[in-house]
Amino acid sequence: MELPGLEERSTSGVNVVTIGATKEEGGTREKVIKVGGARTLPFLDFEGVVGHRPVVAMDVLDMVPEDWPEALAAAHRDVWDDPGKWAKKCVQEYGADLICVKLDGTHPDKADKSPEEAVDAVTKVKEAVAVPLIVWCSGDDEKDNKVIPKVSQALAGENCLLGAASEDNYKTITAVCIADNHNLIALSPLDINIAKQVNILVTDMDFPLERIVMFPTTGALGYGLEYAYSIQERSRLAALAGDKMMQPPIICDAGYESWRAKEAKTPDADAPGWGPQADRGPMWETITAVTLLQAGADILRMRHPRAVQEAKKVIDELFTPSQNP
Amino acid sequence: MIAIGERINGMYEDVKKAIAEKDPRPVQDLARRQRDAGADFLDINVGTAAADREAAMRWLVETAQEAVDTPLSIDSTNFDVVKAGIGAAKNPVLINSTKGEPALLEKFVPLAVENNAQLVALTMDSRGVPADVNTRVEIAATVVTFAQEAGLDPSRLYIDPIILPINVAQDQPQRIFEAIQQIRMLSDPAPHIILGLSNVSQSTKERPLLNRTFLVMALAAGLDAAIVDVFDKDLMDAAITAEIILNKSIYSDDFLRAARK
Repeated sequence: MELPGLEERSTSGVNVVTIGATKEEGGTREKVIKVGGARTLPFLDFEGVVGHRPVVAMDVLDMVPEDWPEALAAAHRDVWDDPGKWAKKCVQEYGADLICVKLDGTHPDKADKSPEEAVDAVTKVKEAVAVPLIVWCSGDDEKDNKVIPKVSQALAGENCLLGAASEDNYKTITAVCIADNHNLIALSPLDINIAKQVNILVTDMDFPLERIVMFPTTGALGYGLEYAYSIQERSRLAALAGDKMMQPPIICDAGYESWRAKEAKTPDADAPGWGPQADRGPMWETITAVTLLQAGADILRMRHPRAVQEAKKVIDELFTPSQNP
Repeated sequence: MIAIGERINGMYEDVKKAIAEKDPRPVQDLARRQRDAGADFLDINVGTAAADREAAMRWLVETAQEAVDTPLSIDSTNFDVVKAGIGAAKNPVLINSTKGEPALLEKFVPLAVENNAQLVALTMDSRGVPADVNTRVEIAATVVTFAQEAGLDPSRLYIDPIILPINVAQDQPQRIFEAIQQIRMLSDPAPHIILGLSNVSQSTKERPLLNRTFLVMALAAGLDAAIVDVFDKDLMDAAITAEIILNKSIYSDDFLRAARK
């Protein structure tokens, strides 16, 4: 007896967002990256179009990291005093698809660097590498609103992805992205209702929905990963069902969140029974990243080269066309 | 909810006059305003006044699509008038409608398949409009089976269980709700369920209130499309809100504004 097909068919899907601009497009990037476009749940190619491959953005900071665990620091220490060199290493040696410049150094509680210093850092990265760029502010609203206009202007024409707009602080960054033609990250604190609300607020300012990437906030393995997963899954289902305001692609922060976990950051001396940090750290980040991929992540922010390598291997495997379509 | 704007209809004086005088402005104005009010389809009905209904249908279709790209719903039970409408339309249409009678399905279903159109089928046949649940479901089953065999996917099929005016048949809404639930079980994916909403309040005093209360109850039972007055803002807002309550779209503080966009 022939069994009836049980495939789900969707008539809507995730928006496609293009990051970067080549010389012909007014930028200086070697190539652009397109994310999104799925019209099915992640990787289910027998049900529908899976869209563009998920990509990995590696973090580069505008300051020497103060609290990175040894296993993570070891991979970056030789270059981390220069954002340009650091970015170059991430692209050339570690295979980063994009670079995410995280402006931690501008935070008033950290190095409190000036907007001009931030411009200097992103310019170094821009000149050192040819991949598309993400720039992520420090998280201090007042300071970020001073930094982002200058940084955005310095990157005008590059069609970057800038973040992050939140429910309480979205006007400056949105206006800046409109003025300099960048894509925008819309942040929500693990709350799908607020995720939709931020998209509504931003589009109310006439920012195109098709240029938004959502950051629903990430929890690492053991620290809310399942919560992040179910929110992303529900977002994707809403996008597939035609909820336009839930159709932007999704970015996750697997790097920062994973290396905050005590299982990743505890030094070998303090946890002799847990195995070497050089293994458990990257494993923690890998598992977090791979899980988020299956929840529909389009861009992964990551930190450790081994975790990047493993996540990219999984993307390759999941992107191999299925045997029984 | 898939909203089909009902206003371009020769039964209305302004449209009737526009058809008679070949004046495109009132029709195009209605087309634009209905699109802006959230119509997913624009219903096109020549009414009864035009002498040459096929020509009137062609003119209305051409006139409307000069103004908007919104898909059209070709509203006639006359096969030749429907064909004239499809012939004039740039985009795939919704054929509105045929009856659930094999002799008619044999003509209308292939017409829909050939023209990549969607099709509305009423749960009535040679016996007339049923007043009970079972006959409605039985006719719907005939339609779904026929469509599947002829290659029209249930996702492109709209079943209209026909609502009668509340002041004529007050027992009918409950039968409709029950029929909707059963018809949705006939196939996977389920066929769409559609109603000509304004009929429920025909010749009553509280039309808008009856319309939107009935709409919300029908949506809860599984209705997912309706031919409505999209200019009735309270009605459209009630439908948007019902979809939030039914968890069909994600809540946000400005969900109304988001859905109206």
